[in-house]
Amino acid sequence: MQEIKPRVSVYYAQNAVVVTIADEKILEDEDIKALEDSIMPLIDGPVNLVIDFTNVRFLSSAVLGLLIRISKKTNEHKGKLKLCGIGPRIFEIFKITRLNEIFDIYDDPKKAMLSLK
Amino acid sequence: MPVIVYADKYLMALKTTTHEKVVLKGVIPGLRGVCAKVLSLAKSLDYSDDDIFAAHLAIEESIVNAVKHGNRRNINKTVTIEYDVTPEKIDVIVTDEGRGFNPETVADPRCIENIYKTGGRGVLLMKSYMDAVEYNENGNSVHMVKFNGRYTR
Repeated sequence: MQEIKPRVSVYYAQNAVVVTIADEKILEDEDIKALEDSIMPLIDGPVNLVIDFTNVRFLSSAVLGLLIRISKKTNEHKGKLKLCGIGPRIFEIFKITRLNEIFDIYDDPKKAMLSLK
Repeated sequence: MPVIVYADKYLMALKTTTHEKVVLKGVIPGLRGVCAKVLSLAKSLDYSDDDIFAAHLAIEESIVNAVKHGNRRNINKTVTIEYDVTPEKIDVIVTDEGRGFNPETVADPRCIENIYKTGGRGVLLMKSYMDAVEYNENGNSVHMVKFNGRYTR
């Protein structure tokens, strides 16, 4: 039987939906599609979304594209998107692409949620 | 009978230099297998985790570009990966069968008019993470070099 790997865990906090990515590496088209399919339905209104990257050790530019799509959808629904738990190596990718200037990035989910108060 | 004694470093280079040229169908998982081999060789040569991360990201982006943009996902077209992994550097050439592109005309994804675009960051990442990135005249082959930071820093 094929192993079903959880892509994300979702936690509903008072003022935000916190999505923790389970995968260490996000590369394959199927991984990115699975993430998109897990996250997009959560944005069904003015939702504040926190995405926690604590487990993620490697990602490619395709994931950055997905984050842009998620950001656009949260904006369209008048919600906010916060990213957190991004390790130094991954943060470097954000810095090189200057995406750290358009995404709100926090150390951990707690700080991200506090910023929404 | 003369006995030839090599300097340790030279002997080490002889033992640890790997060159291979692999021609595969243009499907990403098979090509990622070659990338994994390059990274594993680099790890065995004591490259730092930062150097391996950098080479991984650049090779991944070049493979995806070759398959998606170069070969336009035509699985009957091949992608060739030629690599040399030595104690001093990781040298990789990725070639597709596409029409090529002019890397000079690629829009800067960091500009305000492009920053919200969902693609177009691969070439920037390759150039940022590798020590040298060069395209051939046709623009269908990219040659990338990452020096071993433990030697050069």
